[in-house]
Amino acid sequence: MATYSTNEFRGGLKIMLDGDPCAVIENEFVKPGKGQAFNRVKIRNLKTGRVVERTFKSGESVEAADVMDTDMQYLYTDGEFWYFMDANTFEQVGASESAVAGTKQWLKEQDTYTLTLWNDAPISVTPPNFVDLTVTETDPGVRGDTSGGGGKPATLETGAVVRVPLFINIGDMLKVDTRSGEYVSRAKE
Amino acid sequence: MVSGDIGWRSSATLESLKIRAAILSKIRGFFSAREVLEVETPVLSQAALSDPSIESFSTRYVGPGFAQGRNFYLHTSPEFAMKRLLASGCGAIYQICKVFRQGESGRRHNPEFTLLEWYRPGWDHHQLMLEVETLVCELLAPYCDLAVTERVTYQDAFSRYVGIDPFSATIDELKACADALGISIAWDSGDATRDEWLDLILSHAIEPQLGLGKLTFLCDYPPSQAALAVVRPGDPAVAERFELYLEGVELANGFHELVDADEQRQRFECDITQRGELGLVQNPLDEALLSALSSGMPPSAGVALGVDRLLMLACGVDLIEKVMTFDLSRS
Repeated sequence: MATYSTNEFRGGLKIMLDGDPCAVIENEFVKPGKGQAFNRVKIRNLKTGRVVERTFKSGESVEAADVMDTDMQYLYTDGEFWYFMDANTFEQVGASESAVAGTKQWLKEQDTYTLTLWNDAPISVTPPNFVDLTVTETDPGVRGDTSGGGGKPATLETGAVVRVPLFINIGDMLKVDTRSGEYVSRAKE
Repeated sequence: MVSGDIGWRSSATLESLKIRAAILSKIRGFFSAREVLEVETPVLSQAALSDPSIESFSTRYVGPGFAQGRNFYLHTSPEFAMKRLLASGCGAIYQICKVFRQGESGRRHNPEFTLLEWYRPGWDHHQLMLEVETLVCELLAPYCDLAVTERVTYQDAFSRYVGIDPFSATIDELKACADALGISIAWDSGDATRDEWLDLILSHAIEPQLGLGKLTFLCDYPPSQAALAVVRPGDPAVAERFELYLEGVELANGFHELVDADEQRQRFECDITQRGELGLVQNPLDEALLSALSSGMPPSAGVALGVDRLLMLACGVDLIEKVMTFDLSRS
């Protein structure tokens, strides 16, 4: 069993806490004058996303979480699981609803996503910062409007709804920022 | 370091270097005017500190006098050597030096840092607290406005900020208090000792509230945390030890010094037993200090003040590396 001492704690380190895989966000060394040294650590639970604060005795060790990020291609969903494939090994995994919760609206078949695997099972799926998606539904475009001001809602092929400029038409391919859910530009085909 | 990396540069601002130089010069002026003698003692020592909460660096000397080689320890404070000087009858002394502590690194810690340490023969800790106050107020006057200094006992601080009596509370009560304060520990709470609970509550919930806009002296510690201070009998008995806080930052630690050689030996032995239980290296006792105490050290009060932390407050920065030319990562 791999372990990490508090001396190895840094942002991003994956450890086990209360049976769940977690990532260290912030680590602060605290030591009263003549007493025990502690590490006050902010930790994100990778399953729930919740952030907690926990105090460790300095120098103690905790179990490492077998968590790794890997890029995989999205294949399809059967409504219960969302299936991804490793493009090198052709191995497939199914991600549960909770793992894809924040990403579902950006999932496009054949595109590549980052899966966080804990003991080889996906616990979260992260889209690229920018994705190119086709508009499937929006009000008719207004010729000559290039200002981007105002705008209108457009539904994309994955189901996501983003605000777009008036000149955008059904069938246009758009570049969207998945972190903010905002339209960036028209994508080049 | 990669070529083109800017890691060669100092982490300190030029402004903080100037403030450091000014403060060091003022410290020397302050003690010179009061006829306190500046001394230097060795950084290398044949004995290491036995305090279970402080780890020494060690290094090896081979050469004339030690043909087979011998381990030396870098001092974690100049305390023992300065006490040997006091026992030799040198009178009031001070020292500004680098000290070294293994494993201590963080926003307010660097393993190598500057201490100002001084001793006043014939004084008690109350007289020394007044002098510390005068010095720190003078040093910080150009940089901060400070309200009237406050003194609060360890017992009153716990009662005021977390509503418990640190001397009479049971371990279960301390645990319940920590729980209520939202302090969540990552090790088996059944294993936490009384002093660990007190340290947890003090460092997480009380210290951040000490010294806001003024100097706060925390004094009269539990005897279990006496370190090298005299324990004053009473109900409860208290250790004549104090710490100085400003803006939640611990700046200094002082004692009405223990000068009883027998009790000092007992405390060392107790520390060493504790180190064994904690699985730490058990270093040899500092017999030279014990001999000095046996021959007779005048009753004294002594204090160590973290110069880098004082500079952090003067410069208004919250990272110790900002006031050091090169912190450990850049050394």
